[in-house]
Amino acid sequence: MSQLLQHLINGLAAGTIYALVALGYTMVYGVLKLINFAHGDVMMVGVYFGYSTAFMLGRAARQSLWGVALVFLAAMVGCALLGFLIERFAYRPLREKPRLTALITAIGISFTLSYGFQLDLGPLPGASPRAFPQIIKPNEWFIIGDRDVVIWNWQVLSLAIAVGLMLLLQFLVFRTRFGRAMRAVSFDHRTAALMGIPTDRIIALTFMLSSALAAGAGLLYAIKDTSVSPLMGLYVGLKAFVAAVIGGIGNVPGAVVGALLLGLVEEFVVGYAASTWRDAVAFGFLILVLLVKPGGLFGRVAAEKV
Amino acid sequence: MDDGSRIPASLRGLFPFLIALPVLALLEWLSGDAPFATYLFSIVGVNVILAVSLNIVNGMTGQFSIGHAGFMAVGAYVAGVTSLALKEQALSFLPVAASDQVFFVVALLVGGIAAALCGFLVGLPSLRLRGDYLAIVTLGFGEIIRVIVQNTEAFGRALGLSGIPQSSSVFMVGFWVFLVVLVARRIAGSSHGRSLWAIREDEVAAEAMGVNTTAYKVRAFVISSFFAGVAGGLFAHFVPIINPGSFTFVKSMEIVVMIVAGGLGSTTGAIVAAVFLTLLPEALRSGFTMMGAEGSLAQKVDQIRMPIYGLLLVVLMLVRPQGLFGTREIWDVLPRWLPRRRGAKGVPQ
Amino acid sequence: MRRPVPLVLAALLLGALACEKKAQAPSAPNPGASGAPSAAGGAPAPAGTLLLGVATALTGGQATFGISTRNGIELAIAEANEAGGVKGQKLATRVYDTQGKPEEAASAVTRLINQDHVALILGDVASSNSLAMAEKAQAAKVPMITPSSTNPDVTKKGDYIFRVCFIDPFQGFVMAKFARENLKLSKVAVLKDNRSAYSEGLADVFVRKFTEMGGKVVATESYSQGDTDYRAQLTAIKKQKPDAIYVPGYYSEVGIIARQARELGLNVPLMGGDGWDSEKLFELGGSAVEGSYFSNHYSSQDPNERVQKFVQAYKAKYGGVPDALAALAYDAARVAVDAIKRAPDTKPASLRDAIGQTKDFAGVAGTITLDENRNPVKSAAVLKVGDGTYEFVTTVAP
Repeated sequence: MSQLLQHLINGLAAGTIYALVALGYTMVYGVLKLINFAHGDVMMVGVYFGYSTAFMLGRAARQSLWGVALVFLAAMVGCALLGFLIERFAYRPLREKPRLTALITAIGISFTLSYGFQLDLGPLPGASPRAFPQIIKPNEWFIIGDRDVVIWNWQVLSLAIAVGLMLLLQFLVFRTRFGRAMRAVSFDHRTAALMGIPTDRIIALTFMLSSALAAGAGLLYAIKDTSVSPLMGLYVGLKAFVAAVIGGIGNVPGAVVGALLLGLVEEFVVGYAASTWRDAVAFGFLILVLLVKPGGLFGRVAAEKV
Repeated sequence: MDDGSRIPASLRGLFPFLIALPVLALLEWLSGDAPFATYLFSIVGVNVILAVSLNIVNGMTGQFSIGHAGFMAVGAYVAGVTSLALKEQALSFLPVAASDQVFFVVALLVGGIAAALCGFLVGLPSLRLRGDYLAIVTLGFGEIIRVIVQNTEAFGRALGLSGIPQSSSVFMVGFWVFLVVLVARRIAGSSHGRSLWAIREDEVAAEAMGVNTTAYKVRAFVISSFFAGVAGGLFAHFVPIINPGSFTFVKSMEIVVMIVAGGLGSTTGAIVAAVFLTLLPEALRSGFTMMGAEGSLAQKVDQIRMPIYGLLLVVLMLVRPQGLFGTREIWDVLPRWLPRRRGAKGVPQ
Repeated sequence: MRRPVPLVLAALLLGALACEKKAQAPSAPNPGASGAPSAAGGAPAPAGTLLLGVATALTGGQATFGISTRNGIELAIAEANEAGGVKGQKLATRVYDTQGKPEEAASAVTRLINQDHVALILGDVASSNSLAMAEKAQAAKVPMITPSSTNPDVTKKGDYIFRVCFIDPFQGFVMAKFARENLKLSKVAVLKDNRSAYSEGLADVFVRKFTEMGGKVVATESYSQGDTDYRAQLTAIKKQKPDAIYVPGYYSEVGIIARQARELGLNVPLMGGDGWDSEKLFELGGSAVEGSYFSNHYSSQDPNERVQKFVQAYKAKYGGVPDALAALAYDAARVAVDAIKRAPDTKPASLRDAIGQTKDFAGVAGTITLDENRNPVKSAAVLKVGDGTYEFVTTVAP
């Protein structure tokens, strides 16, 4: 019983972070119909921003409340800027070109970032994984039985931050003028432009938002798994992407549900079946979902207009 | 059909073979004692087969597949295991070398057919899935193959499969390159190809025009994965060890990049891009060795080639988003003073 | 119907051009730089220089091991050159990146042999890559020494392939024996990396030996290289209440595994192999790895003067304590240099014989005597992880 509970906690913790990353994929797909393959790598860069900020702050400062806030802020602002640059110089010039070209650019950027960060030149970090500093001082928050299940303060805090970010996103998309503009662009960007919506600016802002979200997710991931490496974006990015598709890519609640489902499925495969088959089951689950519901769980399959 | 020709149609089909085979034999003879050139030619050849075959699905039919390395893996492992099983056998009526080559071809065909079968299985969901979703299914397929290989004792698990007879040659690789190009061009020019182009341009309209889209899509998948499997089989016979790490998502992406850089739908574009992108890292390596000579600079620079490769992709897309040739073939874009083929417009722009 | 003809011609022409170009490109710069190819062994290196080939992973998931390996080799070569080189010649290295992929490794080795005409080859870390390289080196009859590929199959490729480290079965045996006899454990769980042949090899031998010695393996779980969340596996292991967990993986994962095990309240010692050896283990694992044991080739704490001299030199050149991979690479390069000195000339066959005769060679990672299978006969050290250091526990002989 306690084991089941522990698996549930693990699965949800992993799923929450997949969800934050998956939201970024989904938002960008929503406005641009582009699978932003570089998203995971942007996340990785964000974690390194946070990593160096935490180091500059020193041990005492980074464990204080404002220290944690500063680490998150630095990473999210840095990533928003990176997202802006990528959109401006790599995607915008291709807006009217076939969708595939932008996809290739995304892959190119992903290559550049993930391999670039493996160099050990100048400020670049080198290929080996690094320990992420404990910016939240670990404390046992809740114990069941004889340490059968332990819930830590940072797990609760991470969950709170993740839920907070999701609520903020929900508010932004559905309650603000920017959100309405974003949904309009997503619906039909040409018509939106005719209606006086500055589509370029909205798309740029969406990119910045999704990159900032990725940075936040990456930091939570780094806090959870205590490490950072140049290849982390590839692994997390792929899984989050799968999660977004399971939920129906382009759909915000779908991404969250898909991510939580994926986190739990992976956890239970390892816990109760064979750990060697985890990745196969994750992708098998994806294919199964797509075969039953071709648009993903929450996606609509629009009838094609002729 | 060219009415001016006096040669019987049945003989004209043999023409390409009559030219290709002696050229290949010559190449084989030339590369006889240059192992590195042979190795490079083989790698380039395999990548050309992969690119041209993927182009049949992605370029001509417009179905976005990003799991080509999975089919390659199926071919490589199945052909490898077949070759290992036949290693001690020989056909008594043939000299050993010749019988080895026969077995090699058998192994390649077995690998190709196994991959084609997988292509059929993956092609089936395309009845229901479109665009990005199909892409994800192919990606998932590639990953599942990797996990299966990693957990199967007969495939050598994580260490990989080694000891496969290294019976590949420039001639054999070149022959399959020739075959895949021939098939791709014949498809592009046939009524079958027209149907594929129609599906690519507008699936609904194609269906309305009476094209059995499902059958054509699945067929494109089967042909494409057969050649990917053969490419894998060839690969297994000149790389001393095959292991799951060689057939990852990154490999699939490299092939996609090749056909996009060459121009989706252009067979010659895929060839040129595959040759260029395969040789580029090696050329960069040569250049850097030349500049930095010995010492740590050259090594640092050796690491830089991967990020540079990424940047080049971005720049290429920004400067020429339609790829090298778009949907045209190389002779459509040659300078005007070169003799051109008549009626070159075979494909929609 | 005429369409394919020009096409085929174009394709073949392209293929021919590419092939031709590559064959010439690397040889072109070298004569330009050094006048004419030197006569010795036909090596197109600057006159008076003997070129050694290094192929190892400088990018990708195995890059950290490859970089340590490269550093160790370069240190040994630099020292040999300071001491006046060999046979009146300076030594030089040409390093190629294998990206951790067998096909890149095969390509790098083919290039080293046929374009750079190296005298011998050093590398790689991962056994899959070394197997690919060994096949090519053996076919071309160029001696190859792998510093740290522990899979038994590597040196079985032929008489030109050597290594300076012990092999996987030995390491698995060492830890099984240590767990059973020294720690008196009876219930052990195994957590292995199923993307790594190294990890699988160690785990298989450990399970077999430990069971033979009367112990019980209560759970076998696996993860994939690059994972950072092991909670699911550890939760499943926890249910079986083992006395210890055998984690024959790399430090990059082990540090994190240790942290997460402690976090889940799994406070039993971990055990592992030489893949643990890195300063980074302390950084990644923190206090969670303390009290764990692993088998290794050498200990940087070893008071032996030879070892300390190497550690100091390495620190001075690269900063940071050398790990076992650096030490083995250093040994491999020194074995090579020693063999070149002893050999009558630098012909591949003479070098092969000279390397094969290596006997009682004082390396930093143990004394090396190569047996008839071209593997060294060495004992392994078992180390205990302390607070930022390793404590030497015992030596287990073959």
